[in-house]
Amino acid sequence: MKRPTIDRGLVASELRRVERRFMLKSALSLGGLAMLSGCAIDDEPSVEKALATIMGFTDRVQAMIFSRNRVAREFSASQMTRPFPFNAYYDQDDIRVVDETRWRLEVSGLVSDRRPWSLAQFRALEQQRQITRHICVEGWSAIGSWSGVRLSTFLQHIGADTRAKYVKFGCFDDYSTSIDMETALHPQTIMVLDFDDASLPPTYGAPMKIRIPTKLGYKNPKYLASVEVTNIFPGGYWENQGYDWFGGS
Amino acid sequence: MTHRPHSPSLVTRVTHWVGALSMIVMIGSGWQIYNASPLLPFIFPAWATLGGWLGGGIAWHFAAMWSLMGSGAIYLLHGVASGRLRRDLRPRAAYLLLRDLGLAARLRLTHAPGTYNAIQRLLYSGVLGVVILAVATGLSIWKPVQLAFLAWAFGGYDIARRLHFALMCLIVGFLIVHVCLALIVPSTLFGMVFGRRVLVIDEDKPS
Repeated sequence: MKRPTIDRGLVASELRRVERRFMLKSALSLGGLAMLSGCAIDDEPSVEKALATIMGFTDRVQAMIFSRNRVAREFSASQMTRPFPFNAYYDQDDIRVVDETRWRLEVSGLVSDRRPWSLAQFRALEQQRQITRHICVEGWSAIGSWSGVRLSTFLQHIGADTRAKYVKFGCFDDYSTSIDMETALHPQTIMVLDFDDASLPPTYGAPMKIRIPTKLGYKNPKYLASVEVTNIFPGGYWENQGYDWFGGS
Repeated sequence: MTHRPHSPSLVTRVTHWVGALSMIVMIGSGWQIYNASPLLPFIFPAWATLGGWLGGGIAWHFAAMWSLMGSGAIYLLHGVASGRLRRDLRPRAAYLLLRDLGLAARLRLTHAPGTYNAIQRLLYSGVLGVVILAVATGLSIWKPVQLAFLAWAFGGYDIARRLHFALMCLIVGFLIVHVCLALIVPSTLFGMVFGRRVLVIDEDKPS
């Protein structure tokens, strides 16, 4: 798993999160640093382990009650949140931009065709539009309009083994996340090309993001760079720091 | 235990304390989660929160969710099956409630060992309802898609989130009153720990 590198713009936000990284990670990373976190109970490795075990149980329950046929509520255009908030693990000034004509989506893992995809190839496929509520793990939510290609359609095109457990998303802003195959095949899980009927702007993840209205915000990666189909648990940027992996709504 | 039908049963005592501990964890971790995106123009002080950061708070919140729902379900099933819930918490007539409120206002309301007065019945059954609603609103904002009917019943995600917060406030209010009164009348505390009240033991002595 690629660790986020600390560069110029990120130093401040990384420092803010230093404390967080001590929590709920492996017991090895705690040690003497536990003194800094100010919370005595869950610095205890056995408590961390118990919490992680219960979180695993909760994730299994989440997977169990998930249904591919149950869809997130769709809203009307007048109910959209304007302006839609920007949110990432860094500040808005640090958004990375790519040349959309040279951008390619890397494909790897348990698929029969690993050729990278261009935006034009995605534009040529049937587009799905949704106005759904994006819910952040922090509690706030916002209604936005996204359209693009169903992930299930794309997985079909690349000859993905849909019996595999996970789909992993890599991003060129060094973010990453992964989802279960059931959610990947959900009809509302789309590869977004447009936001609010215009090309996806850099603020919201240009040139491509994944929109999953059945999952929390941190399971909706922006600035997509790669898709991998795998049976090896891929984790993710926030999940590796302690957010629950399933993150379902 | 049959000769002392009005002392809390073992099931009641265990589920009370597991539920109480779970609720404390729910509140502390809930405040941690609230602080990540405050609904009102204030945040809870860090010392009063649990988990160290949002991810830790969520881990505690969902762990305590299971023990709260588990102990609550056992308490209710046991209470209904044994008839204790009906016997102990059935509301009293309005005039009795008014009488007890009047007594309480003049600090003359006494705890009769083994039976709950009208105010206790109202508070205990009320807080049970509030906790059930708090769990239901919590589930609705955790699973607004899979449990869409719950989110719909509470007026949608945003309103359900605010209701969840308001219900927490009611529970905290109850806890403050409840803990103060239990400390003022310690025999009730002994009863909930040991299953019998110190006073009752004295009365049971053969004369």
